[in-house]
Amino acid sequence: MSAPTLTRYGERASLTESGGEPLKERLFRWMLLACTGVGVVTLVVLLTYTVYKGWPQLNSQLVTNMPSQVSPNTAGAQSAIMGTLWLMVFTALWTIPTGIAAAIYLEEYANPERRINRIIEINIMNLAAVPSIIFGILGLAFISRTLGFGPTILTGSLTLALLVLPTVIIASREAIRAVPQSIRSGSLALGATKWQTMARQVLPSAVPGMATGSILALSRAIGEAAPLLMLGVGFVRFNPDGLMSSFTALPVQIFQWTTESQTQFKELAAAASVILLVLLLAMNSVAIYIRNKTQKRW
Amino acid sequence: MTQLIDKHAAAAGTSGFLRQQRPRHGERAIQAALLAAALVAVATTVAIVIALLIPTLEFFSAVSPIEFLTGTTWTPLFEPPSFGVVPLVVGTLVITVIASIVSLPLGLGSAIYLSEYAPDRLRRTLKPTLEVLAGIPTVVYGFFALTFVTPVIQAIVPGDGLPSIFNALSAGLVMGVMIIPTVASLSEDAMTAVPNSLRQGAFALGSNKRQVSTRVVVPAALSGIAAAFILGISRAIGETMIVTIAAGLQPNLTLNPLKFMETMTAFIASTGQGDVPTGSIEYKTVFAVGMLLFIITFLMNMASIRLVRKYREVYE
Repeated sequence: MSAPTLTRYGERASLTESGGEPLKERLFRWMLLACTGVGVVTLVVLLTYTVYKGWPQLNSQLVTNMPSQVSPNTAGAQSAIMGTLWLMVFTALWTIPTGIAAAIYLEEYANPERRINRIIEINIMNLAAVPSIIFGILGLAFISRTLGFGPTILTGSLTLALLVLPTVIIASREAIRAVPQSIRSGSLALGATKWQTMARQVLPSAVPGMATGSILALSRAIGEAAPLLMLGVGFVRFNPDGLMSSFTALPVQIFQWTTESQTQFKELAAAASVILLVLLLAMNSVAIYIRNKTQKRW
Repeated sequence: MTQLIDKHAAAAGTSGFLRQQRPRHGERAIQAALLAAALVAVATTVAIVIALLIPTLEFFSAVSPIEFLTGTTWTPLFEPPSFGVVPLVVGTLVITVIASIVSLPLGLGSAIYLSEYAPDRLRRTLKPTLEVLAGIPTVVYGFFALTFVTPVIQAIVPGDGLPSIFNALSAGLVMGVMIIPTVASLSEDAMTAVPNSLRQGAFALGSNKRQVSTRVVVPAALSGIAAAFILGISRAIGETMIVTIAAGLQPNLTLNPLKFMETMTAFIASTGQGDVPTGSIEYKTVFAVGMLLFIITFLMNMASIRLVRKYREVYE
């Protein structure tokens, strides 16, 4: 056992500055840093490689032309980009109001002692970890075939909405919980009803947190390929024009090009990945911007 | 608003002020609507179970459950079909083990570093960077595994036709990296929840930082770390695109990670893709495998949720 070093907890730098840090300690610290580094380095390699590989195909054609599985020289990803945007809008439309309403119920109305509320709560946590392909099965069997909606924007957006609903609920609950109890008490003491307190005091304060959580959930939704593949979303050479229109989406198009053997299609897959990543990055930046701009200190 | 205050001010003189003056139907309706929204999540679970259960039961009226669970040949789309799910389960297992070997130690190491060692500023850059890893679409990971990691593995491990273009190792490694943030962030939450008094006590007894981390903080956060591990493994079992792209779409009963193999999820995705007619045995097969996948991940998720509750009860 090494000689005890006099360090107060919290003085993180003191161990290294003392100069007497035993070799074992230093090795352990470096090992931990290396563990963290693996993830970071892989991320950098992955991003660099994707951009490098997609570079030859990263041009305006990607946005202006329709996909092709025969002529990679003229292939673009317009219908996939449009499909992803349509999906994003409608998924948001279904999932955000539902998720926020469920979060309000669980945080403000539900008595946690009651059995039904505990079931709802555990169910949401569990649903958040159900594999996305299972949601694909649900979408295929229930929404696409039983309800007869087919592989349309409507089916796709409903499936993705259910997939990310738990994420939206969990994020919104946290945002609501962050509003101090005193605000509610003050409002109630002035004679406001429970809903008035919610709608006029709590919700406005919780909006930034809920927006951030919802955007992050949506960015997960538009990156999903597996559930859409299950629904039979495939190769489409036209832009969607309504809820009942068939469509393709960027992740599906990336998958299809990846499975082609020609190098040029692999480059197209990489180029489409770059577009998808830029879209996700933009969404994440907006989420972080909202969080930083509107963060309230109580 | 003023009207409201006036009304209550007027009511203040009466004895019934603290009691409800009149039933508020609007408030009731709102509460019911909010409850309905919360129940959507429950309905989703019920719908998943029903959607899986009916075709699965029909499947098992044609194929015996024993044949399904113990058979070692998986050729549901061939003539004559054979419905032994073991190759798919073993494929899933091999890739999950590889992913776990990568993600569990690295995730835990990252968590210890972030929670106990990293200076505040470094922490504030490292943590979001790791979270970006969790946000990369899985199809992009799959592309990376197939076109970057596999050639690298082929260059390092030259063999007689192995590793094949589609192999479990490449898919498992990339999946492992994908799961690091899941394991790291949940474990870190658990370690952060360990009260500082425990650390201070150990420091006071002359322990150094490594001893405090490994002998006090990690054991104290063990149930949370276990929950993180289980959730990570559950994610590996359910991950679809990486294996569909990089591990191959042919069932292969082998433990050799350099060979191609098919997982449960890859089978579901690749068979579902085609226009399988509703009610055909191929269609039902997808649901039977889906049911198995759902049960496995469901049990693991529940175990993970229980463990998280346990540490929350102890420290919060």
